[in-house]
Amino acid sequence: MKISKSPWLLHYDGSSCNGCDIEVLAATTPRFDVERFGIINTGNPRHADIFLCTGGVNSQNQDVVRQIYDQMPDPKVVLACGICACDGGIFKDCYNILGGTDTVIPVDVYVPGCAVRPEALIDGVVKALKILDEKAEKMKKGEYRSLTSDEYAEKLYGDPQEAVPEASASGDKEEKNAG
Amino acid sequence: MTVYGTVAVIIYLLCSPFIACFMSGVDRVVTARMQGRRGPSVLQPWYDLAKLFAKESTSVNNIQKILVMAHCFFAIFSGAVFFAGGDILLVFFSLTMAEVFLILAAYSVNAAYSGMGAQRELLQMMAYEPMILLTAVGFYLSVGSFRVEDIMSASLPAVVKMPGFFIGFCFMLVIKLRKSPFDLSTSHHAHQEVIKGLTGDLSGPAYGFSELAELYEEVLMLGIVGLFFITSDPRSFLAAAVAIVIVMFCMSLIDNIFPRVKWETLLKAAWVVTFFAGGANLVILSFIS
Ligand code: SF4
Repeated sequence: MKISKSPWLLHYDGSSCNGCDIEVLAATTPRFDVERFGIINTGNPRHADIFLCTGGVNSQNQDVVRQIYDQMPDPKVVLACGICACDGGIFKDCYNILGGTDTVIPVDVYVPGCAVRPEALIDGVVKALKILDEKAEKMKKGEYRSLTSDEYAEKLYGDPQEAVPEASASGDKEEKNAG
Repeated sequence: MTVYGTVAVIIYLLCSPFIACFMSGVDRVVTARMQGRRGPSVLQPWYDLAKLFAKESTSVNNIQKILVMAHCFFAIFSGAVFFAGGDILLVFFSLTMAEVFLILAAYSVNAAYSGMGAQRELLQMMAYEPMILLTAVGFYLSVGSFRVEDIMSASLPAVVKMPGFFIGFCFMLVIKLRKSPFDLSTSHHAHQEVIKGLTGDLSGPAYGFSELAELYEEVLMLGIVGLFFITSDPRSFLAAAVAIVIVMFCMSLIDNIFPRVKWETLLKAAWVVTFFAGGANLVILSFIS
């Protein structure tokens, strides 16, 4: 049995303008009946398989995003929904924004758009389901374990505790703003 | 244990997850149709369960998993006692025991949502336990025995003498099958206050075990509904099956008509029903017998 027959979603709103959240929530209302595909909007990371993250990551919510990700059991996939979640988008140069979701946790599928279109979102989820099945296959053979957010930060920045070394991040941006 | 009892227990142990998965699958489709949606496949609960067991096994502390397994064990045990034709009081007591283990599992993680869920589960038990125990007393007064095999070999269906108990029991079934009050410890609805409350901190296989226990419990509960109709006449099994289907349908209907019942309303309503339906029936029964 494929794990993608029962994908449970978790949606977290990072530092977004709420445009993408409205799209994500609208797509999971009974109107569109995603339950047809076995999808449940869980609201609980411990039960979720797919993490839909909208909006950028800022210095206050980075711990939240990392904790949610770490609490999800393997296999799991992360979708960055909307251009803000992909790379910071329109808020990219704000003093508190670290960037997209992938500044703190590994992202599997990037869904662009401002706001993300429902069609694109569905495409993204379909792609994510394939990845989820592949991961489950590999996990069964014992070949796969996803990185924890600490391991990911270490891989990216060489420091497990701090996702983006804060001084340099804000420093850079101040210079840019001043210039 | 009779030969019949042994066979029934084996069938119960092996087939319950399949039967209950199918029933909740049908229930989900019926609910979806009532809401004008297509709904998932009837096999969906089965897919969900299989997925949970395929997921990574993580747990917040060492004891959580053991407690959930104990919960599952006692839930299965109570069903086995019931289908073996044992004492109905023992069935209800071990079912309570199962519930207590789940509550302990939720308290053990020391998390906000789990704790709140556990608290609500206790409230929920306060709401349904009196009626459940009264039902056992009702069976004793109308048949003269607490043993399920004696109740089953009566000449008159129990429901004739105890309609009040039947109504009361069905009312508690809405809670027991985790249907109506949306803000209770772990209702089946997506949007609820306490984010899956009681089971909020269970993940992967541990959550799977709690779901499995729920499936066994569902079969047991519907078995008790059937017990109200079963007599020594083999045809009465058919009547019991029809009654179970009707009760299941009514559960979905109630669930859809009152999707936003809260626990305060539930507690009051449950006690009112216990008092009037169960209590009145009890008084009448004790005068007759
Ligand atoms: S991508 Fe556009 S709509 Fe979505 S959160 Fe960012 S600014 Fe808002």
